[in-house]
Amino acid sequence: MSRAATVQVRLRVDPVACDAFGFCAELLPERVTLDEWGYPIVDGRPVGPHLVDLAARAAAECPRRALHLERVAGTA
Amino acid sequence: MTTATLDRTERLLRTGPDGPADPGLSTHLALHGPLAVPRRDDRDWSHAVWREMAASGLTGRGGGGFPAAAKWDAVTRSGRRPLVVVNAMEGEPASAKDRALLAWSPHLVLDGAEVVAALSGAREIVVCVADDRDSSARVVERALAERARAGGGRPVSVVRPPARYVTGEESALVSWLTRGDARPALRVDKSVPLQVRRRPVLLHNAETLAQVALIVRHGAAWFRELGTSEAPGSTLVTVSGAVRTPGVFEVELGTPVAELVARVDPTGPVAGILLGGYGGAWLDPAHASVAYAPGPLAAAGATLGVGIVVVLATSSCGIAETARIARYMAGESAGQCGPCVFGLPAMADDLELLAAGRGDPAVVGRLEQRCDAVMGRGACRHPDGVVRLVRSALTVFADDLRVHTAGHPCTGHAAPTVLRFPVAGASRAGAA
Repeated sequence: MSRAATVQVRLRVDPVACDAFGFCAELLPERVTLDEWGYPIVDGRPVGPHLVDLAARAAAECPRRALHLERVAGTA
Repeated sequence: MTTATLDRTERLLRTGPDGPADPGLSTHLALHGPLAVPRRDDRDWSHAVWREMAASGLTGRGGGGFPAAAKWDAVTRSGRRPLVVVNAMEGEPASAKDRALLAWSPHLVLDGAEVVAALSGAREIVVCVADDRDSSARVVERALAERARAGGGRPVSVVRPPARYVTGEESALVSWLTRGDARPALRVDKSVPLQVRRRPVLLHNAETLAQVALIVRHGAAWFRELGTSEAPGSTLVTVSGAVRTPGVFEVELGTPVAELVARVDPTGPVAGILLGGYGGAWLDPAHASVAYAPGPLAAAGATLGVGIVVVLATSSCGIAETARIARYMAGESAGQCGPCVFGLPAMADDLELLAAGRGDPAVVGRLEQRCDAVMGRGACRHPDGVVRLVRSALTVFADDLRVHTAGHPCTGHAAPTVLRFPVAGASRAGAA
């Protein structure tokens, strides 16, 4: 089976910039949960293709620009 | 505080024929011999020294344990002349090794800084001494004056960043040097060197540089005569707590922890051994046969950190002591990241409840969840260290914890702390 290199995205929070507005968890509950103080918890797993647009919107709507979509090299 | 050496591991803390060395240049040269460092770029010299350094396997003694030679690689690749930064901040309250080393042998540290500067093409060296450590700063200034009289060498300046726990963190120190703001920065890619005024920074702990000065003189093979193949050499440890002879010691890496503890004469049965620092971990005395070296300690859930060893006797309460550390560390947060700002005080609250016998097993569960929630979510590793410490406390002091959660705090919980905490307001910059 051949594996083609693709570019995947994953979420990263800048903890210094984040001010716990929580919009990201509302816009992308599939991948963002909030801790008991309202700060987002994301994991390093790639964001599936069906969620990329939502993730991009969540990043764009963060009032502190603290949510980032990182491109990572992956295989598909 | 005594400063003594153990057995043949007298390398950094070397005594002369008439007892302890004085920090003067003539004594330094008599004990360690002269050191020729080229003043201009010298490829042959750099190549030979670099090879010896890489072969020595020296790792950083400031807590990160990163191979020193790899650090030079990253900076050299940038192609620009770096700034050499000597980190003698020693923000860990239970550590005194950098202070002791500077008092004992400042020229060894400065020699190492010169070597690293010559290797990397740096033209300037900055020594960082916390603003509450006037005696360390004085000894460095005096040593620099001696070196200036002797001639040669690169310009060295001494700066005094605020004495806070996190100021010694690499990115916080660089941030202070750049804009006077001693707060850690989020580093996405740690292989990219930090910069001060567009110059890459080559930052080393004071002890690491002293080791460099010895390796340049005696070679990698000599360095590796002590220690293990994975963790070669000697290292400085600061031993305190319930012991009769606390102090800074030079020990061979790989020495069993139990041996280190036995040599400082505990005042009673040992309940736990704090290793690494206040962001380190408790070691169960039942596991004290472990070798004092990064690999074996990591396997035992502990860490070498900055060489801190605090012995806790059974007359103390490990939960109460851990609560004190957590409260202190919460106060030392740089205040930038939510999980650290809110998580550390919440963890300290839980520990204080448990220490006082007012927390049931549900509080333990909440504390464990908070550990999971906080881990890895700060810009720097400050919160991670507290999580590691708390998790180790819940394991090592599990028996105590069962008694405490049944509503009966142990008799030790009211005992005075054996830990050291800085006096509030000691820093001239204050805790703004």
